[in-house]
Amino acid sequence: MQNNNKVHATLAATFNVDEPRVDWHDETLWFVRQKRDKAVQVLPEWEALREAASQIKNNVLSNLNEYLLQFEKNAMQNGITVHWAANDKEHNQLVHSILQQNEINRIVKSKSMLTEECHLNEYLKSVGVDVVDTDLGERIVQLADQAPSHIVLPCIHWKKEEIGELFHQYLGTPKGNADPQFLTAAAREHLREKFLTRRAAITGVNFAVAETGEFVVCTNEGNADMGAHLADVHIACMGIEKIIPLQKHLGVFLRILTRSATGQPITTYSSHFRQPRQGQQLHIIIVDNGRSRQLGREDFRNSLKCIRCAACFNTCPVYRRSGGHSYHTAIAGPIGSILAPNLDMKQYADLPFASTLCGSCSNVCPVKIDIHQQLYKWRQVLMQEGYAPTAKKIAMKGMAATLSHPVVYRLAGKMGRWVVKHLPFMVNNKLNAWYKHREMPSSPKESFGEWYAKNRKKNV
Amino acid sequence: MSSREKILAAIKNNQPACTPLPEVEYFDQSCTPVVEKYKTVLQSIGGKVHEVKDVAAIIEILRQQFEDAVRILSVIDSFSGYAEMFTQGDDPHKLDNVDVAIINAHFGVAENGAVWVTEHLLQERVLPFICQHLVAVIDSQNIVATMQVAYDRIAGTQYGFGTFIAGPSKTADIEQSLVLGAHGPKTMTVFILHNQQ
Repeated sequence: MQNNNKVHATLAATFNVDEPRVDWHDETLWFVRQKRDKAVQVLPEWEALREAASQIKNNVLSNLNEYLLQFEKNAMQNGITVHWAANDKEHNQLVHSILQQNEINRIVKSKSMLTEECHLNEYLKSVGVDVVDTDLGERIVQLADQAPSHIVLPCIHWKKEEIGELFHQYLGTPKGNADPQFLTAAAREHLREKFLTRRAAITGVNFAVAETGEFVVCTNEGNADMGAHLADVHIACMGIEKIIPLQKHLGVFLRILTRSATGQPITTYSSHFRQPRQGQQLHIIIVDNGRSRQLGREDFRNSLKCIRCAACFNTCPVYRRSGGHSYHTAIAGPIGSILAPNLDMKQYADLPFASTLCGSCSNVCPVKIDIHQQLYKWRQVLMQEGYAPTAKKIAMKGMAATLSHPVVYRLAGKMGRWVVKHLPFMVNNKLNAWYKHREMPSSPKESFGEWYAKNRKKNV
Repeated sequence: MSSREKILAAIKNNQPACTPLPEVEYFDQSCTPVVEKYKTVLQSIGGKVHEVKDVAAIIEILRQQFEDAVRILSVIDSFSGYAEMFTQGDDPHKLDNVDVAIINAHFGVAENGAVWVTEHLLQERVLPFICQHLVAVIDSQNIVATMQVAYDRIAGTQYGFGTFIAGPSKTADIEQSLVLGAHGPKTMTVFILHNQQ
C-alpha cells in the first residue's frame, strides 16, 4: 500500500503513546503561535501587508518564466554562476560536480529545506563527501541520524535532557548537563572549527530578486554567513518559486516572514548576496523538482506562494499533537501535506487526510494560501485517482452501494440501530476504525423514514 | 533539450494568465518617534543601545564594557587611538580571535532594530559575524521607520554583499530557550551619534 507502510495515522499513534510529551509538544508550538499573534497584532497594516504579499506572489507565478530569465541574466552579470536542475537527482549531482571540480570533500551547510527535499546529505555521504549541518537544531538531528521535524525549529521534538545526552556522546560535554546555554556554547565551539576549516558552504535561499540578480538568506544564528564568507566556494540552492520581481518587494516579505515564523520583528541576519567575494566562486542552482507540474495544477498552484515561515505548522491542531515525523516528508504540516502529493500521489496519499480542515492554517498564512481548501481538494483528487487507503476505498464503495439501493439502505439502517443498542461491543472496539477516533452515537428507536411514515398516516 | 530549457518551457506552458503587480502602500509612519522606537525594539531583541555626542563618548563606554577584551578591531578611522585598525587583504580566517569589532552602519530601522551594512563599510564580509562582540555606529538622522522605507534608501546603491543585522546572534533551538551568541556575536551594541551642528 503506502511506501514502507508509512501512514500519518500510524506514525501519529506511535508519537501519541507518550501523552505528557504530546502535551509538551503541543504547548511549545502553541507558545510560538502566540508569539506570532503578539507580533502581528501591533501592526495596523498587517492585513494590508498580507494582501500585498499575496498579490506579488500571484504575479510571480503568472510570470515566472520571465522573472527566472531576468534573474539569471542579472545574476550572471553580477558574476554568479547559474545552474538549472530538473529534479532532485540532477541537483545533487550538480552540487557534487562543483565540489569535485574544486577537489573538496568536506563541507558546511546551513538550513535549506530544498536540500532536505532532495536528500542531498544522503547522496553526498554516498559519494564520500562529509556534510556538517550548521544550524544548531539541524546539527542536533543530524548527530542523532534523524530528519528535521519542523522547517523552522528542526529539533522541536527533542527535550534538552536528550540533547545533553547526545552532546555528551558526540561532543564530550559532561554527562547530565542539559542547560541550553551551556549546550549552545559547546555547539558553537564545535561548529566554529568546521567554519574555519571547510572550503565550501551550501546555503538555501529565502528570496531571489529578478530585478537585481541578488538573493537573500535569513538566519538568527549567523551560520549561513559564517559558512559562506569563510569558504572558497558558496553554493546556494533554490526552488524556482523563490523569485520575487523587485528589490523593494523585500520590504514587504521581510516584514512578514519572521513575525509569522517566531514572532520576532526580523531575523538577526538578512543577508543579500549579489556578487561573489573577491577570489571566491558563487553558484546558484535553480531547482524544479515537480514545481512546474504543480504550477499547472490550477487548484494547487498557489501552494508555490509559500515562504516557509511554518505559521501553519504551529497553529495546526493535528501537527502539534502528531509531531513532524508523522508526515514522513521533508516539509511536514499543512503546507507540506499539499506539496507532497504533487511529488508522489501514492506515497503521500495519506497526508491531505491528516487535517481537521479547521482552516486555522489559512488564517495565519502570511501570503494567503487557501491551505485547508487545497487539502480538501486533494482528498477528492486522490480518491478519484485511486490512491486512497484500501480500507477507506472498501468503506466508500460499501457506502455507495448501500446508498444507491433503498431496500439495502433501510435494512442496513435497521441492523445498525439494533447492533448499537443491543450489542455495542461489536462497534465499540479496535476493529472499527471509525470508533478509534470518535464516540459512537446512541441508537435512535426508529429511522426518520420510519417516523415520517408513521406520522404521515396519523395526520391524514 | 537542456534542463534549463525544459524547466522554462514547462513553466511557460503551465503558468496562469498574468495578474498585475499591486501598488504597495507605505503606511504612513510620519508620527513614529524613530529614535525612541529603534531603542525600544533593539533592547527587546537583546541588543544594547546608547545615544552619544561624539566618538570620545563611545570609547569611554567601550572601555568599561570590554575591559578584558584582547583584540579590538575597528574599520572606522576615528577609533585608531583605541582599537587596532583593520588591514585590508588579510585572510578572513584570521579574524577568528577578534573580541570586539567596531563598524559603521548606513542606517537603522526602527520597526525591527536592524542596521544596514554593506561590504564597502565592513571591508571583510565575515567581520560582523566572526567577532565575539559587535559594535555599530549610526547617525541619529539615519533611522528609518520601516523596511519599506529602508529599501527606498537602498534602491540604486551598489554592493556585492549587504546585510541587515538586528541584535546579537541567537538561537532557541533547544526547547525554545533563548540563548544569545549562537555562532556570531554574543552582544551587539549600537551607538546613535547625535552630530552637533
